[in-house]
Amino acid sequence: MRKLVIYLSSYKKESFLAPFFKLLEVVFDLIVPLVVARIIDVGIVNNDRIYILQQFLILLLMAAIGLACSFTAQFYAARASVGFATKVRQALFDHIQTLSFTELDTLGTDTLITRITDDVNQVQNGLNLGLRLLLRSPFIVIGAMVMAFMINVRCALIFVLAIPILFVVVFSIMLVSIPLFKKVQGHLDHVTGLTRENLTGVRVIRAFSQEESSVRDFDSANLALTKLNEFVGRISALLNPLTYLLINMATVFLIYKAGIEVNLGNLKQGQVVALYNYMAQIIVELIKLASLIITLNKSMACADRVASVFNLSSSMTYPEETKADNDNTDTAVAFEHVSFTYEGAGAASLSDVSFSVKRGQTVGIIGSTGSGKSTLVNLIARFYDATAGSVFLNGKNIKDYSRNDLCDRIGVVPQKSVLFKGTIRDNLHWGNPDATDAELWNALDVAQARDVVEAKEGCLNFDIAQNGRNLSGGQRQRLTIARALVKHPELLILDDSASALDFATDAALRKALHNYCKGTTTFLVSQRAASIRQANLILVLDDGSLVGTGTHDDLLEHCSIYQEIYYSQFPEERNKGRKEANV
Amino acid sequence: MNPNKNSSNQKSLTTLWKVLRFIGRYRFLLILSILFACITVVMQLYVPILFGDAIDQIIAEHQVHFHKMIYFLGRITTLVILSSIITWFMNMINNQLTYRTVQDIRSKAIRQIQRLPLSYLDGHSTGDIVSRVIADTDILSDGLLLGFTQLFSGIVTIIVTLLFMLSKNIWITLLVIVLTPFSFFVAKFISSRSYEMFHKQSTTRGKQTALIEEMIGNQKIVHAFGYETTASTRFDEINQALKEYSQKAVFYSSLTNPSTRFVNNIIYAGVALLGAFLVPYGMLTVGGLSVMLSYANQYMKPFNDISSVITELQNALACASHIFELLEAEPESADSANELTDIKGEVTIDNVSFSYDPSKKLIRDFNLNVTPGMRIAIVGPTGCGKTTLINLLMRFYDVQSGSISIDEQNIQEISRHSLRHSFGMVLQDTWIKSGTVRENICIGKPDATDEEILEAAKRSHSLGFIRRLTDGLDTMLHEDSLSQGQRQLLCITRVMLCLPSMLILDEATSSIDTRTEVQIQEAFDRLMQGRTSFIVAHRLSTIRSADLILVMKDGKVIEQGTHDALMHAGGFYKDLYNSQFAKVTE
Repeated sequence: MRKLVIYLSSYKKESFLAPFFKLLEVVFDLIVPLVVARIIDVGIVNNDRIYILQQFLILLLMAAIGLACSFTAQFYAARASVGFATKVRQALFDHIQTLSFTELDTLGTDTLITRITDDVNQVQNGLNLGLRLLLRSPFIVIGAMVMAFMINVRCALIFVLAIPILFVVVFSIMLVSIPLFKKVQGHLDHVTGLTRENLTGVRVIRAFSQEESSVRDFDSANLALTKLNEFVGRISALLNPLTYLLINMATVFLIYKAGIEVNLGNLKQGQVVALYNYMAQIIVELIKLASLIITLNKSMACADRVASVFNLSSSMTYPEETKADNDNTDTAVAFEHVSFTYEGAGAASLSDVSFSVKRGQTVGIIGSTGSGKSTLVNLIARFYDATAGSVFLNGKNIKDYSRNDLCDRIGVVPQKSVLFKGTIRDNLHWGNPDATDAELWNALDVAQARDVVEAKEGCLNFDIAQNGRNLSGGQRQRLTIARALVKHPELLILDDSASALDFATDAALRKALHNYCKGTTTFLVSQRAASIRQANLILVLDDGSLVGTGTHDDLLEHCSIYQEIYYSQFPEERNKGRKEANV
Repeated sequence: MNPNKNSSNQKSLTTLWKVLRFIGRYRFLLILSILFACITVVMQLYVPILFGDAIDQIIAEHQVHFHKMIYFLGRITTLVILSSIITWFMNMINNQLTYRTVQDIRSKAIRQIQRLPLSYLDGHSTGDIVSRVIADTDILSDGLLLGFTQLFSGIVTIIVTLLFMLSKNIWITLLVIVLTPFSFFVAKFISSRSYEMFHKQSTTRGKQTALIEEMIGNQKIVHAFGYETTASTRFDEINQALKEYSQKAVFYSSLTNPSTRFVNNIIYAGVALLGAFLVPYGMLTVGGLSVMLSYANQYMKPFNDISSVITELQNALACASHIFELLEAEPESADSANELTDIKGEVTIDNVSFSYDPSKKLIRDFNLNVTPGMRIAIVGPTGCGKTTLINLLMRFYDVQSGSISIDEQNIQEISRHSLRHSFGMVLQDTWIKSGTVRENICIGKPDATDEEILEAAKRSHSLGFIRRLTDGLDTMLHEDSLSQGQRQLLCITRVMLCLPSMLILDEATSSIDTRTEVQIQEAFDRLMQGRTSFIVAHRLSTIRSADLILVMKDGKVIEQGTHDALMHAGGFYKDLYNSQFAKVTE
């Protein structure tokens, strides 16, 4: 929580003035019954019309001042709460940008998006309400009691008794039901989930004749929700009648006591009316306060969630400057006994991987789904840090590079080809904001994307929709490749990023890359043996282990897993191989 | 009047009538709820009058009529206790009424979902139907059922308040009636001003959310390209604009309450003034004045309540009509009781035509004879009707003309369960239900032993990753807890466990790497020995070993035969093969 409070510090004045003016308004509200009492006890009793008119004007004046106070309070509250939320949102956005992939994976991007949108909005609402109302209700309750004391001490004692009792009743009912409401929400989510499942899985459910068991599952969840709802309902059903009963019983006692006091000459009739009015105000405010506290409670929970994101710090640290020492080895990338386990995973995704790659080489990485191919290239780009062993870039531990330096050296084309809302030019500029159009076209040529762009209206100015929805998968892949090329990285990683291309385009792309990237070390992750066949070095992964390194010919001879992969895609070659063996 | 409005009113009335019919046995509760609401309203409005009467007994020193005062206080006590009890009963009744109705609607809806034809479910988005079953149902019960109660009690409050006020003094009553509308005008004026700001706020917020989703959602790319600073600047621009609009929107909208309160305070002062002038003439007592003051304070409330209830009611009726649209949709045609037994696996497709959209013919005059144990591969360009054929075989959709028979029995005359049970089906679009791995695998065979499950998992090559999960077979799965490939393996395991008589594979191994695919293929080959199977695939290995390849184009089989025969014939298949598959061997 304290993490968030600092964002309120530049709104100190507003945060003070908002409740202050709200209190002023309350003061005027509280004086009203006194004025009315004077109208009755002085004006009516003496039939003094001038006096009554004066008091009437006082009432009008107080209404006007009350209005002005309240407007001022609302103004400052809006300023403080919105300003605060704006700052928090910006800080949160910037903070998320510093998190490493491990934290992003653990939290999940959906959660982060909810935190920065819905949760921050809830906090804003809570703060706004809190500044305006949190002090108002208790002040009216206590103020009414003080006023009662000013009128008649003995009658006021009834207030002293009634308020705590009411307070306890209202709050205990709320306290019991709030956690139950959370539980209700959980049950409702379950019912929602089941409904969704029944729709998305309708073909499977029908294919396996699971209709009845689906309905049974749903019915039991549905019944549980109803039962819980009714249980919570039974508790909150008490609130209204119980408070109504209590406050009216207190008023009955009050009037009785007031009767005695008036009879003794300690109190006047108009003052009885005033006491009666104060009692009525209390209950309205207590109920308001209770519902305000529910809202605040919700925003506090949201604030906690937001604060918990702030509490996360990146598990990766970068030096300010890249350590300056030997940069002259001809080894571009080296892995030394590298193992890696994802946070919370049961088993390692990479175990004891060692290899080294010379500068300018093209490296193919192949293996089954889940064999650790993407993990391996993620370690090269330092998206994650190895759990054991070390990764070297140009002979230097990858952890010794500054964040910017590392980022400049490595161009990544991720598996999921993502483009952003904006023109094609904007998207390509991600690689290098200063690139000229000629450079962009050059990159597009290599990525086999020239015809894609030329076919679009406005060419480089063509507007890409969010997530690149207005492009096909293959078009997106080619543009993401171009985006990485614009960067002119010394290390290029293509993580299965040509999967949506047909074989001819794939081949042309590889050829163009080969010519374009002389001196660039290239990593090609692929499911297709054809795509990596020409590589200088092929890494074969199986279940997180490196089971083969070498050229295509070496591996075809010695590596059984590579053989299996290769022949599954080139069955004819297997026969050929056999024939040759037979000869 | 506007004819459109009339017809929409007519529709609302019909919906309302349907709701009343639907709640059936709860109708009594609804009437009771309304009745109780009216009773408590009258009681609670009468209490201030009694308090006024009691205060009137307290005149001045030595002029307090204790006897009468205690009499009134006693009546108040009785009334308050009674009204509290009735309110409590009413709350309980309302709970039952709403929660049970919701439960009933949802349980009807889920049954309806199981019976609806796929044409309906495919034609509506999942989110749409889910929101009908969940959100709309909640709004219906809250808005409509409680709305009734609030509406009636609001009306009763206004009438009774007016009557009570009139019984005290006509002039003050008139003053209140004349001044009250001002409060409405003020509220209306402010809301029309703040609307514009709210509109701007929500557009800007939408833009910001879009940017957040893009940047945070693709944080890894942002990170890889060092785009953080630019992202932050772009965010800041939108954030500042949002701040402007939000501050204004929040401020303007928060003026409504103080302003109406101001109008109320003026009315209050007016009542005090007029009352004070009238008391000395005996036209009003002091107690009466205090009653009037408390009524003047409350008089606005029922109006506000009613106006919000009416919006809610309209909203709830709209939701109700969504729900009824779902509940009343035409279910699948009646099912036959015939069962398929001892399936040999002969499939005859005779002159079948089908289309999703009547204006676009999809499958026309489709004929096919499959002898038991044959393996049929279906290939063709996207949209040629491959998946449609599977929809027809499984009777997810019914043929529009012609017939499909299994072992010489028309599938229209076989119960859907029995038909579907005879096929094992794996689709490209994998579905995992939230539950354990075991539950997911056992869908088709709930009583399978662990040995059987593990054996099936081994054959479908899912055992490796299942073992790596934290709790093995008992690991809870959610919608996205597995990779696409792993999900496909799990779906294949499901079928491997059931040992169905026939098999349908629709791009079933599209997300699995080729090496594993070959291994699974071998397992399928063993499984399908002597069993008829239909395979839609785009990969070479699966197609080439088929007994019969159907080449589909525009809903028709344009070529059929074995791979070698088709290649030899040199038609569309050869072109397709060369363009799609052959380059692998380059």
